[in-house]
Amino acid sequence: MHEEERLVNVHPPEPLIREGNTYGSVTRKISGAVLTRRTPRGWYIAIAAGFLLVMVLLAAVSYLFVRGVGIWGINIPVGWGFAIVNFVWWIGIGHAGTLISAILLLLHQHWRNAINRFAEAMTLFAVSCAGMFPILHLGRPWLFYWLFPFPDPMSIWPQFRSPLIWDVFAVSTYATISFLFWYVGLVPDLATMRDRAVHLWVKRFYGVIALGWRGSARHWHRYETAYLLLAGLATPLVVSVHSVVSFDFAVGIIPGWHSTIFPPYFVAGAIYSGFAMVLTLVIPVRAMYGLQDFITARHMDYMARVMLATGLIVAYGYVMEAFFSWYSGSPYERYMMVNRSFGPYAPVYWMLILCNIVLPQLLWIRKVRLNMPALFVLAIIVNVGMWLERFVIVITSLHRDFLPSSWGMYYPTIWDWATFTGSIGLFIALMFLFVRLLPMISMFELRQLLPWPSGNGNGQKGGGA
Amino acid sequence: MSERNVVPDVHRRMKPGPPIFGLMAEFATPAELLHATRRSVDAGYTKVEAYSSLPIEGLAEALGFRTRLPLIVLIAGIVGALSGFFLQYWISVMDYPLNIGGRPLNSWPSFIPVTFELTVLFAGVTAVVGMIALNRLPEPYHPVFNVPRFELASDDRFFLTIEAEDPRFDPEAVRGFMLGLGAAGVYEVQH
Repeated sequence: MHEEERLVNVHPPEPLIREGNTYGSVTRKISGAVLTRRTPRGWYIAIAAGFLLVMVLLAAVSYLFVRGVGIWGINIPVGWGFAIVNFVWWIGIGHAGTLISAILLLLHQHWRNAINRFAEAMTLFAVSCAGMFPILHLGRPWLFYWLFPFPDPMSIWPQFRSPLIWDVFAVSTYATISFLFWYVGLVPDLATMRDRAVHLWVKRFYGVIALGWRGSARHWHRYETAYLLLAGLATPLVVSVHSVVSFDFAVGIIPGWHSTIFPPYFVAGAIYSGFAMVLTLVIPVRAMYGLQDFITARHMDYMARVMLATGLIVAYGYVMEAFFSWYSGSPYERYMMVNRSFGPYAPVYWMLILCNIVLPQLLWIRKVRLNMPALFVLAIIVNVGMWLERFVIVITSLHRDFLPSSWGMYYPTIWDWATFTGSIGLFIALMFLFVRLLPMISMFELRQLLPWPSGNGNGQKGGGA
Repeated sequence: MSERNVVPDVHRRMKPGPPIFGLMAEFATPAELLHATRRSVDAGYTKVEAYSSLPIEGLAEALGFRTRLPLIVLIAGIVGALSGFFLQYWISVMDYPLNIGGRPLNSWPSFIPVTFELTVLFAGVTAVVGMIALNRLPEPYHPVFNVPRFELASDDRFFLTIEAEDPRFDPEAVRGFMLGLGAAGVYEVQH
């Protein structure tokens, strides 16, 4: 008894929605952020920065189309430069969105209801950024559709024993399902937007994309069934996508790639970087729009904990990578690890250890998890760390393989950097457009978190009000 | 309002039906709506529908409603798996056999990832398209939207309709019944 009381007092259960909110206040605050609220100044700054970087991306991609991939730093032996680093990084970021929307739904983690819409949008835009890179990396990007099986006049077909083809199917399925999940989740809220919009064309805009949703009980029943089925399908999908991405490496025979630990280690890393990105975005947007009622300190605490836990799995992955390279007894594998830690790219490797393993240990401290500036900085550090991890995996493995005569170095060019920062700009721009145009928190799912208001009903035949 | 009434007039000429779509009762809480729905079904009304801005547990059961969607999605998933696998089998074994590192032409373990992805793709797309189609959406016009208060159905009010098609429908009796359920308001729903 005493023990229980003590535990309750140590962790007072803060409600997931701040006291005093009702169905109506949820509607007003969240639809109002789009329809009536003055756009915060921070939004203009973010969209301007995003737009500027999108212009950088446009310039970089245009020049790439004119000159070809030679403008990048890639060479032989390092044929996969920034393009693949960025691809893996972006697609990993997307995975947290699916984890939050699908896996946490199946696990009845109700706190997800405040952040799932946001995280799903993040998934969609991160996958768009990811999908761009392998296509840009093709020598002739306009022929990308050759990757799909279709009856072409040359009578050739894709080679289905290659993980690169699996990747095409995994990423395109993932993009499709992510879009559907996000859109289906939006439909009831779009109906709310339609009903609350004042301006005729705004009403029509939301009206058309709301499909005429009217909230009928039979519709809700099918809706919930479909939503649950989608969550059940998206859960194995998200695991399969990053596993397949890791097969791109693991099926190759390059030391540092050919490893059975890759699929789980990649999935954990994906969720780690994804939660870091959710935090990076949620912290400023929450402050800008004053959403502390719905995204409470408890939410931030939970997200930080998931980040810490997945970070530890990733750390285990690093340790096992080092252990297996020694335990394998293969001189190439052993040299890979020595080269990684003390070779020409050693600073990158140690930066990665610092960003991904050492600094995130601060998250053990509750005060750090609840301190928004500190959490924001840590989230950025993890983002950087995960990008460095992809860099280390792609570049240090490729640049020195079996024969010293075929060794080489990779140095990114200005165009590599321009394409990479440009993709970040595209992501920021899309994210903030979403925040401005669509309800960024799922209203109908938040309403489900509120206790049923006590009217005069409650099973009694009320005498009217 | 008046321009909307043009449409049902055409409707009525084709098929003589009741002059109004039905009656709609407004409630303040989900509990009242659930209670009212149960009572309406118990009272023998068959054309009953409830509207809310959030899914309410037990409401569909109260209406005796079940959906075939899971079965349809299961079938789509199986079709996706089979077509995914046999697409690869047909290409790799029959139409375009290639020797890749001496692997058998039907190297089925390599075909699993694509088979899995297509299973999820077929099932997922079917879940969404099936839900939308079975709900007969998109449906931009529906008589319930003619009630001005119904705008709040997507906000914080709860509505119940009993349609005029119902064999037991009698406007006065239904109005009295709805008020007896504690409705905050009862409205006529025009076509």
